[in-house]
Amino acid sequence: MAVPILKQGPFLIASIQSALTDTDVLQLRDDVMAQVTRHRSKGIIVDVTSLDVMDSFVSRSLRGIAMMTRLRGAETVIVGIQPEVAFAMVQLGMSFEDVQTALDLEEGLALLEAGFLGT
Amino acid sequence: MAPDAAERIAIDSDADVVTARQRARALAVTLEMPSTDQTLLATAISEIARNITTYAVRGEVFIELVRDAKGRRGVKVVARDQGPGIADLERALTDGYTTGGGLGLGLPGARRLVDEFDIQTAPGEGTTVTLVKWSRSA
Repeated sequence: MAVPILKQGPFLIASIQSALTDTDVLQLRDDVMAQVTRHRSKGIIVDVTSLDVMDSFVSRSLRGIAMMTRLRGAETVIVGIQPEVAFAMVQLGMSFEDVQTALDLEEGLALLEAGFLGT
Repeated sequence: MAPDAAERIAIDSDADVVTARQRARALAVTLEMPSTDQTLLATAISEIARNITTYAVRGEVFIELVRDAKGRRGVKVVARDQGPGIADLERALTDGYTTGGGLGLGLPGARRLVDEFDIQTAPGEGTTVTLVKWSRSA
């Protein structure tokens, strides 16, 4: 199922609605990159609140999105990682150190507005 | 470990990986397994089922409720394929080693997420991974 991406001012918000297959994740990556270019976006929020599992493939792919968008001059913030999912990611050995995260959408937007736009 | 019920899920595509972990979580819920343990189990299954689609193309996952001699209940998962097998199992169980272009966290990571983990493999003879997550209650 495709992840809807909404444009909000200089930012994009991708809200994951349900469990993602690997194909969905790669589609999300391509869609985000295309929209960053089209809208000249400065920031992207990927909301993973609805994900009950973030395995190594999903984690690696989201990290990849963050790296790729940064190379295009846009910062990505991953928001809404559930407590159980965070626990599983640490146990799994996933490193997310170089990826911006925030508690929820509101915090993520605040982070983008404050940090990356200098307002 | 006597099985209570078993379910077979054919793994042919990445959608089947999602199905496998969702079915296992549904079984874990029937044991009233804590949400964190459900997530650890589902994540482990996702890793081993993806190994099937990545390395063997297709295979199958069996999920069943089990009970040990002390009456403790758990979810047992067997992921089996007839793929190329693993030549260097020791390295495959080491963090960061991969031949599939990933992070090399799949097998060692999955092993950390569950209570019991076993792998049978040989080059050309496929791979069978068995894991168990026990319910802490009961």
